[in-house]
Amino acid sequence: MSEEAKTSLNRREFFSFLAVGWITFGAATAGLASLVFRFLYPNVVFEPAMDFIAGFPDDYPDGVDERWKNGFGVWIYKKDGRLVAMSNICTHLGCIPTWLPAESKFKCPCHGSGYYPNGINFEGPAPRPLERYKISRDPEGKIIVDKTKVFRYEKGEWNSTDAFIEV
Amino acid sequence: MSEGFAKKVADTQVWKAIFRHGPPNNARNRAAVVAGNVFLHLHPIKLKKSGVQLGYTWCMGGLTFFVFLSLTVTGVLLMFYYRPTAEYAFTDIIGLREHVPLGIMRELHRWGAHLMVITVWIHMFRVFMTGSYKPPREFNWGVGVILLVLTMLLSFTGYLLPWDQLAIWAITVGSNMAKATPFLGYGGPGAALAKIGDFVMVSDKNDVRFQLLGGRFVGEAALLRFYILHCVFIPLVVAVLIAVHFWRVRKDGGISAPL
Repeated sequence: MSEEAKTSLNRREFFSFLAVGWITFGAATAGLASLVFRFLYPNVVFEPAMDFIAGFPDDYPDGVDERWKNGFGVWIYKKDGRLVAMSNICTHLGCIPTWLPAESKFKCPCHGSGYYPNGINFEGPAPRPLERYKISRDPEGKIIVDKTKVFRYEKGEWNSTDAFIEV
Repeated sequence: MSEGFAKKVADTQVWKAIFRHGPPNNARNRAAVVAGNVFLHLHPIKLKKSGVQLGYTWCMGGLTFFVFLSLTVTGVLLMFYYRPTAEYAFTDIIGLREHVPLGIMRELHRWGAHLMVITVWIHMFRVFMTGSYKPPREFNWGVGVILLVLTMLLSFTGYLLPWDQLAIWAITVGSNMAKATPFLGYGGPGAALAKIGDFVMVSDKNDVRFQLLGGRFVGEAALLRFYILHCVFIPLVVAVLIAVHFWRVRKDGGISAPL
């Protein structure tokens, strides 16, 4: 065997180097791909906050109140000593129903779902009532609406402690 | 006289630098025309007679490609006037009709979009009816299915850009399907299982719908995302796959004839 052949790689060593190379390349590519994936999840979104203070219960008349619809997407509904925060997202496909005071109902313009003022669906394709958001009071007695927690009628959650406040 | 002039032009160094072959008046030079051109070389050098029979292919694949090209041209032109922001998008679309020269440009793009969806479906129907999905063309059928889906996605992402009520609510409804993705969408099956104590792992602020829209609802971030997808990302992928598609048509035995 010549001197040169001893110092250079033999076939087996060459292939193990190749494997190391491929594993490194694969890991680097996978790492880069996961960084790109993470890049597409923004850390800050320029959207309204998920909770807000909605004033005192006495500010609201009985029935449906629309003052938080634009921006926060919430209807305040007060009836029989209870005040609730209702989601304004149609349970059919996610459009925003319109409050029709003359007919005393919510009507979705997309596919015609209708809801009573308390959020129970009664016409159109909506499969379930409007969701309600967590509602509570701060030490001053002001209403706090928290949209990160929802209460669903069909799960029997509307009588949960945080689903309404007594007024 | 004109023949002498043509010969003179063909003898110049400029002409010879561009065209490496002689005039296409024999089989060898005609083959060289196709093989020596970067665009045409995807195309077979020789076609079977059935390949140019309109009754056989309906030319639907070719028409789809032609419409794609015209959509690229009109789309790039529209980009000179359209700004994908909540403040300007809607009025820019109105402006394209009302005061930009050639107010039909946006309609050409919209009609072309409808036409491409139609021709791509008819192309698929024809390929199915002539049995052209069978081996050795099965891989190209797969590429074609991906191109069909991408055509739909181009349609879907372009739908949001006018930024009117129809656009916003159509995309709201459409992107709510992403919410129902198993495990990855917060309304989908299995998402409720991904929970550690009270901590919900898949919620409306980290699921696939959030990634698609760049937010919890169809807002300005979604408009910008759909604009990038519509104008840059999906067309690039489509262009690459079209090249693969054409190349494989050639390599798998030409257009659709029995092998």
